[in-house]
Amino acid sequence: MRETFAATVSEAMDRDPRVAVVLAAISAGMFRSAAARHPGRVVDVGIREQAMIGVAGGLALTGMRPIVHSYAPFLVERPFEQVKLDFAHQDVGAVLVSIGGSYDASEEGRTHQAPGDVALLDTLPGWTVHVPGHPDEARAALESAIPGDDRVYVRLSETSNRAPRPVDGRLSAVRTGSPRSAGVVVAVGPMLDRVLEATADLDVTVAHTSTVRPFDRAGLSALVGAAGNADVLVVEPYLAGTSAHEVAAALVDRRHRQLGLGVARDRELRAYGAPAQHARAHGLDAEGIAEAARGFFLA
Amino acid sequence: MCMTTATALSRYADLPALIGLMEGDEKHMGAAHSTLDVVWVLYDRVLAVTPATAEDPARDRFLLSKGHGPAAFYAVLAAKGFVDVAALRGWTAFDSPLGHHPDRVLVPGVEIGSGSLGHGLPLGLGSALGLRAQGVRRPDGAAPRVVVLLGDGELDEGSNHEAIAVAGRLGVDNLTAVVVDNASSTHGWPGGVAARFAGEGWAAREVAGRDHDALHEALTRPHTGRPLAVVARVRTR
Repeated sequence: MRETFAATVSEAMDRDPRVAVVLAAISAGMFRSAAARHPGRVVDVGIREQAMIGVAGGLALTGMRPIVHSYAPFLVERPFEQVKLDFAHQDVGAVLVSIGGSYDASEEGRTHQAPGDVALLDTLPGWTVHVPGHPDEARAALESAIPGDDRVYVRLSETSNRAPRPVDGRLSAVRTGSPRSAGVVVAVGPMLDRVLEATADLDVTVAHTSTVRPFDRAGLSALVGAAGNADVLVVEPYLAGTSAHEVAAALVDRRHRQLGLGVARDRELRAYGAPAQHARAHGLDAEGIAEAARGFFLA
Repeated sequence: MCMTTATALSRYADLPALIGLMEGDEKHMGAAHSTLDVVWVLYDRVLAVTPATAEDPARDRFLLSKGHGPAAFYAVLAAKGFVDVAALRGWTAFDSPLGHHPDRVLVPGVEIGSGSLGHGLPLGLGSALGLRAQGVRRPDGAAPRVVVLLGDGELDEGSNHEAIAVAGRLGVDNLTAVVVDNASSTHGWPGGVAARFAGEGWAAREVAGRDHDALHEALTRPHTGRPLAVVARVRTR
């Protein structure tokens, strides 16, 4: 997805003179030729993440469309007050594009992991959040975000589904359960393939979205209305329960149950290894999801 | 904008009365505001921006990074016609546009919302880079200036030093930092504030912060190819 990101943004720079890229050393090599073609529109501030966000806010104040990029912890967490004050408080926007997701950098350890990024952005108004599940979805999300003036976060990861799905902001059913089904499973972005595998023998509706903010509350309400039970399992690739308040708001008009799967909130996983091993440790592999789904829907 | 009051209260000598509309006590106003003289000189003699050009992409920009104690700033904006003088009376009220920290969304002519220290210089650097990348020119052919006002205490924030290094290395000569130095930094700046900027490639000048002609000269003397830092020394009484 990182290569797709660099290619998509480089093409956008050729078309749209408003587009500028702000980096803090990371991925600078991928924008070297764009920088040569467009002097002054690729700004690498070095390893200075507060300045990276502030510079982006300043560029936006002059009418440019900044695209800001780094590893998720260095893009969202380290300069969080800049993200809060240098965009929304100034009434300007930007496209923030992270890599690393929750634990792509499993061998690097906790310092390079940011499972709380979406939850943090949830504390701020007006952010659209895309979590692409395929490189084609990453391209579609970027191509929809770049022409605007709003605040968009695109969370890239190395985990991908086999096939892309539409990036239209909606929660859409991939597999529809019977009118007596046990409920609805929401698979966010790259979680779809493993959710389909994990729930193959359950009568549930499986829905997918790669746009989690704004959350498609109407879409969830309709899917739950068509299901046999108002029970919702959300599987997200970041902090468990991040979208619980959205599910609650979508279903405020009826009695319902919900469970959120994701990266553990209650402990720091002190382990290296491969991303798949982290997925297993957090119960986010197909086996862990299947076990949680059976426990939730068949209880 | 209320032009009648703006023309009636539009001189430097009127600023204490305008501040008095906000703070209610005219006796010691002016001298108590370390930023009053430099902000006045900027709007009166340096910046190419008026209420009529406040939204013009080619305007000069003034960013009050040190958002504390903005009464002097609001007074100058009122004297210059950006802000209705009548609005000063209700400052800090629930529905007033004027709070203890300025909000660019609420106040005409205010370029950034500030208050949390250390945000203005990176925002100003980005603004200067954006104007440069787009090749924006003022009607007189010059590049629009971006002037950021900071305090020496505010320089404690590390984000400033990120921006100082980047601006110096990229030679962002349409960026000016004015540091009002009233010796309020917790641990001080051995060797002086100006040296912090000079070491990173800025043109750095020190000046008496109440001397209007000296401020004007320091803010307008050419500094080709480098950003400009003007350290305005002020003793707050």
